[in-house]
Amino acid sequence: MIAVQDLRVRFGAMEAVKGVSFAVPHGGAFGIVGESGSGKSTVLRALAGLNADWTGRMSVAGQALGPKRSRAFFRRVQMVFQDPYGSLHPRQTVDRALGEPLIVHGIGDADRRILRALAEVALPAASRFRYPHQLSGGQRQRVAIARALMAEPEVLLLDEPTSALDVSVQAEVLNLLADLQAARGLTYVMVSHNLPVVAHLCPMVGVMQGGLMVETLSAADLRAGRTAHPHTTALRALSTELEEA
Amino acid sequence: MRRIGYWTRGYGERDAASVTRTTWQAWLLTDAPASRGQAAWGRRYRLWRDFSRNPLAMAGLILIVLLVLAVAFAPLLALQDPAAQNLPQRLAKPSAAHWLGTDELGRDVFSRVLFGGRVTLGMVVAIVLLVAPFGLAVGCVAGYAGGMADRVLMRVTDVFLAFPRLILALAFVAAIRPGIPSTILAIALTAWPPYARLARAETLTIRGADFIAAVRLTGASATRIVLRHIVPLCIGSLIVRVTLDMSSIILTAAALGFLGMGAQPPSPEWGAMIATARRFILEQWWVPLVPGLAIFVASLGFNLLGDGLRDVLDPKQR
Repeated sequence: MIAVQDLRVRFGAMEAVKGVSFAVPHGGAFGIVGESGSGKSTVLRALAGLNADWTGRMSVAGQALGPKRSRAFFRRVQMVFQDPYGSLHPRQTVDRALGEPLIVHGIGDADRRILRALAEVALPAASRFRYPHQLSGGQRQRVAIARALMAEPEVLLLDEPTSALDVSVQAEVLNLLADLQAARGLTYVMVSHNLPVVAHLCPMVGVMQGGLMVETLSAADLRAGRTAHPHTTALRALSTELEEA
Repeated sequence: MRRIGYWTRGYGERDAASVTRTTWQAWLLTDAPASRGQAAWGRRYRLWRDFSRNPLAMAGLILIVLLVLAVAFAPLLALQDPAAQNLPQRLAKPSAAHWLGTDELGRDVFSRVLFGGRVTLGMVVAIVLLVAPFGLAVGCVAGYAGGMADRVLMRVTDVFLAFPRLILALAFVAAIRPGIPSTILAIALTAWPPYARLARAETLTIRGADFIAAVRLTGASATRIVLRHIVPLCIGSLIVRVTLDMSSIILTAAALGFLGMGAQPPSPEWGAMIATARRFILEQWWVPLVPGLAIFVASLGFNLLGDGLRDVLDPKQR
């Protein structure tokens, strides 16, 4: 479904991503983990078309991607952002946020679709005309997920979708994402610094360090500690230490 | 005003007052609006509630509303035709016939101030209608497009910003011909750059936000993003800035009138009225004082209103 080969992204003189390759099968889920500044979010933003300054080859559903994306691409690929407080327009109601993709893509039947989308992410219908400041962090992230699903995409890019939420809400949102994937056959690429979160959702995990993908391994191997690269070992050790603490 | 009493009144009284107000307030303040309209009106009502808690802002609003009403109904309120001369009655003291006295040609000062308000406030409204949308458009386009478009538009803005407002307006009016249209054009020409800069600064902070990235990911066009998602966020601080600038526009218009470059006699413009009456400032002081007070009240009203609006509309100041 998704193939990325030798992706390089620069910000001015600094090369943030230095040749990353991975592939995700249809209906699969691929996790990217790494420390802050390792370039993992940059890979995702380049894939989404938010950063035009990249070289290499990327394709989605067999179609090669250029620097500018077509409207058809945005129907196929959507993204959920890290900060639910920053990803919703402060002056627009939930209704407006969910209606926007429908208007842009000329999809009719807005009322029914919006109500169905709210039900799908387990938000009460009463929250339809609320403003973001009237919602909790977890509710906002559900709205963001519902918005990403409005145009019925095949691929969802998740940029640390749970890291801004507290632990109990994290689990709810993760389960919601797992259920949605099962129900709709979505393909996920998920970025996170939290190994358990990634391993919960993604059977395959890529580890990034300093703009390079140093290791790709299965979630089972990661859990069992069968790591090959010292950075993966270190990340895993740190993660288990934090959990025990 | 009612809010201050809120704390001093007893519980019983407060309950009685709140019962009559619950139904429509509950509809506006509900956590779960049932329609787009209810949500929008609820937001507006919350803004109004915040605004009306500020006594100075309310004073400004009342001043401006009274002024606008007085000017709108000037033909009904005026005691006589503002251009009617009565030389035997020249420079008369305030009396029952002439509430604020008469000027050097025996014209009623009260009527002239009312009709002068039409000229002055009309000019201000025309200037704002010309300047605010233009500045907003330039700033939002420059801020969102970035790159070459940004550089060109902002250097043009800098050029206009470099001229002192009154001097450029003077030169401009003198080059064409004195009168109301050229005054409006001259002030508009020098008044738009601050709005463009303000709108650009706001756009720059907004355009990197995730919610704009999310709209870009729906495949929306740049025009749609700017008009439907960025402009609504810029308008709040623009309104504040415009209201605060009203007084300086009034002063510039009056200054041009005073220098004989604005409205021409016998048009009763406030600045021009002071200019012609300044010869009598020691003996018949009420003749120049009245239009001066009018300028003062209008400027003060807009400033108070602007300060109040800033507290409500500009989230960064909160």
